[in-house]
Amino acid sequence: MIKLLVDNWSAFISGFGWTVLSSIVALFFSLIIGSLFAILEVMPSKTARVIGNIYVEIFRNIPLLVITMFFYLVIPLYVVKINGFTAGTIGLTIYTSAFIAETVRSGINSVDIGQMEASRAQGMTFWQAMRYIVLPQAFKLVIPPLGNQFINLVKNSSVLAFVAGFDLMYQGNAIASTTFETVNTYIVVGVFYLVITLPISYYMQHLERKLA
Amino acid sequence: MKKFKYVTLLITSLLLVLTLAGCGSQPLSSQNVLENDKQTNTITWGVKADQKLIGLIDVKDGQEKGFEIDLAKAITKKVLGKNGKAKFVTVTSQSRIPLLKNGNIDAIIATMSILPDRKKVIDFSDSYFSAGQSILVKKGSSIKSVKDLNGKTVTSAVGSNSVENIQKIAPKARVLQLPDFAQALTALKSGQGEAMTTDNVILAGLAVENPGYKLVGGTFTTEPYGIGINKGQGDFKKAINKGLKEVIADGTYNKLIMKWFGNVPGFNYKEVLRK
Repeated sequence: MIKLLVDNWSAFISGFGWTVLSSIVALFFSLIIGSLFAILEVMPSKTARVIGNIYVEIFRNIPLLVITMFFYLVIPLYVVKINGFTAGTIGLTIYTSAFIAETVRSGINSVDIGQMEASRAQGMTFWQAMRYIVLPQAFKLVIPPLGNQFINLVKNSSVLAFVAGFDLMYQGNAIASTTFETVNTYIVVGVFYLVITLPISYYMQHLERKLA
Repeated sequence: MKKFKYVTLLITSLLLVLTLAGCGSQPLSSQNVLENDKQTNTITWGVKADQKLIGLIDVKDGQEKGFEIDLAKAITKKVLGKNGKAKFVTVTSQSRIPLLKNGNIDAIIATMSILPDRKKVIDFSDSYFSAGQSILVKKGSSIKSVKDLNGKTVTSAVGSNSVENIQKIAPKARVLQLPDFAQALTALKSGQGEAMTTDNVILAGLAVENPGYKLVGGTFTTEPYGIGINKGQGDFKKAINKGLKEVIADGTYNKLIMKWFGNVPGFNYKEVLRK
């Protein structure tokens, strides 16, 4: 296994790098998009709530691979040429954002309604109340489920392998099928994923203890 | 009570170790495949399910159809006798060797070239077909031969040796490895690459179904296809080779070539007939 690792070190490391990059980009944007749609879902305006609901229900209920394939194969045909890495990262962002939206919404809902009412009574606008009163409390509550989403996101990034996104899984497939050391290759790939996900897991636990 | 807990733990871990050790010493693949097959009167073949003319699952009736399927059936009859059954398991370029190694299939007949690297891991029968690597492009493309691929993006399937060949012949070509050939073609169609490369018979099947695409530049490698058999299955290998010889000798082989490749434009079936 050491020999496999040494022989294919550059491939593993480049795959690792692309996986990390894709995860970070997707995490950043899905957190922003997800939070926005979560707020849409709890807004007083009915139109906003419907839009939020439609987005979440569509992208939460379509397999990630289908969304990714759509961006990889259909969009380049009619709109703009995007490569596998970009298509995979966009798919990952949209898919995860739907789950994050649901998570954050549940957080907002579990903040007592009186908090919002009291803020509004103080003369705050809806957005001010959200920003300064409700969201800080909501995020504290949803740290554990958000951590789950982040970990899922990193693991789901293996979808890039299906669209030639050069990530860890893609390199793993290529190495396994040229060296025929199937078992060892996928063990190494698994360990590389752990290198990314375990720190996230511990950091989220730490954050939970610190804030709760 | 605490003592009891420790004993249970000890026994569980012991059992676990024994199970794992058992896995190591007697895998499915080390049994005698020929004898097992004679007992069940069935040979399990790993075949392609997405390659027209070679191995394709017909959507209408769910049956596998193609040259390799017919050849596998013919060889099965020679090995096991008239009532021998051929069972088919779908494999991809990537999954075929692992599936053979872990005993899910007895033999691979799935457009697999006989290569030194593969010979280290599995055994091959005599070659049953001589293919060669070629290029598929959109009609009107500026790519005329493999040399034009430098600086271009080429799609192919993961686990096929086409990728290594291209990297040797056109080192500046960028290769995208997709899960299977159907997806490599779809990627080519949606503009993710300028050309697709693999063995000519596979590309011929794709060109038949997709009139906007054609093969260019002829073949630039020779790829003798062989039937993949697990290491240490000497009896089974002998039986397969004997079966293959008989299929060629009685004319069945040439009939199958004519049946599947007789009418493919740009493919000279006479080159692959066997005497």
